[in-house]
Amino acid sequence: MERTDTDLIAAVLGGDTASFEPLVAKYSPRLFATARRYARRESEVEDIVQEIWVKAFQKLRSFRREAPFEHWLMRLAVHTCYDFLRAHQRRREAPFSDLFQPEEDWLERFVSQPSAAAEDAEAARQLVGRVLEQLSPSARLVITLLEIEERSVKEIAGLTGWSVPLVKVRAFRARAEMRKVLARMTTEKYL
Amino acid sequence: MNQAELHRKLIAAARRYPPSERVPLTFEKRILARIRACPMADHWALWSQALWRAAAPCVAIMLLLGAWGWLTPAAAPPANDLSQVAQGSTAVFPEPPAGAPPATNLSQELENTMLAAAETEQSLDLSR
Repeated sequence: MERTDTDLIAAVLGGDTASFEPLVAKYSPRLFATARRYARRESEVEDIVQEIWVKAFQKLRSFRREAPFEHWLMRLAVHTCYDFLRAHQRRREAPFSDLFQPEEDWLERFVSQPSAAAEDAEAARQLVGRVLEQLSPSARLVITLLEIEERSVKEIAGLTGWSVPLVKVRAFRARAEMRKVLARMTTEKYL
Repeated sequence: MNQAELHRKLIAAARRYPPSERVPLTFEKRILARIRACPMADHWALWSQALWRAAAPCVAIMLLLGAWGWLTPAAAPPANDLSQVAQGSTAVFPEPPAGAPPATNLSQELENTMLAAAETEQSLDLSR
């Protein structure tokens, strides 16, 4: 019979470190997907996920079992990703002159005829990645959780530890920041 | 250029391509090896360790203070130490006026001193 998360956690807390392995195997895919939203290089993604698991193991005693283990783990993951963004803040206001040809073509298509620029194009995905890299850590986190992952404000508050009004304020600022980045990108390219 | 539309299209593109959930091979083993290298933080152990470390300096300070108190000669009492006066000295407090009840303790001695002037005046008025 498969052991539940609660059984495994109890075993780990009792000193059976090997019982942590099934938890790692079960939740790592979700953690890798989350980390890949914030880090580009695969080595960075691995470092983030590794840090999440080490923190989870060290803080396992603080897991109160009031909510599922997955929620607690995702909160830890979001905090670690936010710390990563803050620690690796890339140079802001980087120029958009180094866009790859497919990205430039997609943007050209959008400018000439917006309906012709397909949302499912790989170039659009690459372009949104570049735009998100230009945002501040909090703006990037909020845009990712609110607009890309389509989570509710309350959910984001639970994941980040911010209050609901703070999430709303940060979402407002994040959208303004994104508009500014898009305006800069289009100005640099077409003016 | 319609920026709102550009924003919408880019976000839609990001939604359409969720990141991969691929996990590197033997990742669990690596995590377990790393966890075994840095064991779980036991708060009780950390506290007891810190308290044990603090015990030695505390005992040392206590012994030093004890020795200092034992070896230093007793200092002369300060001039305004009323307790010394209450034990018999009359240098600060005058003798109580005639008829006043004998002082039995410090508070009474103090009261006599404070009222001495008034009582002297009163006795002079009565004698006139």
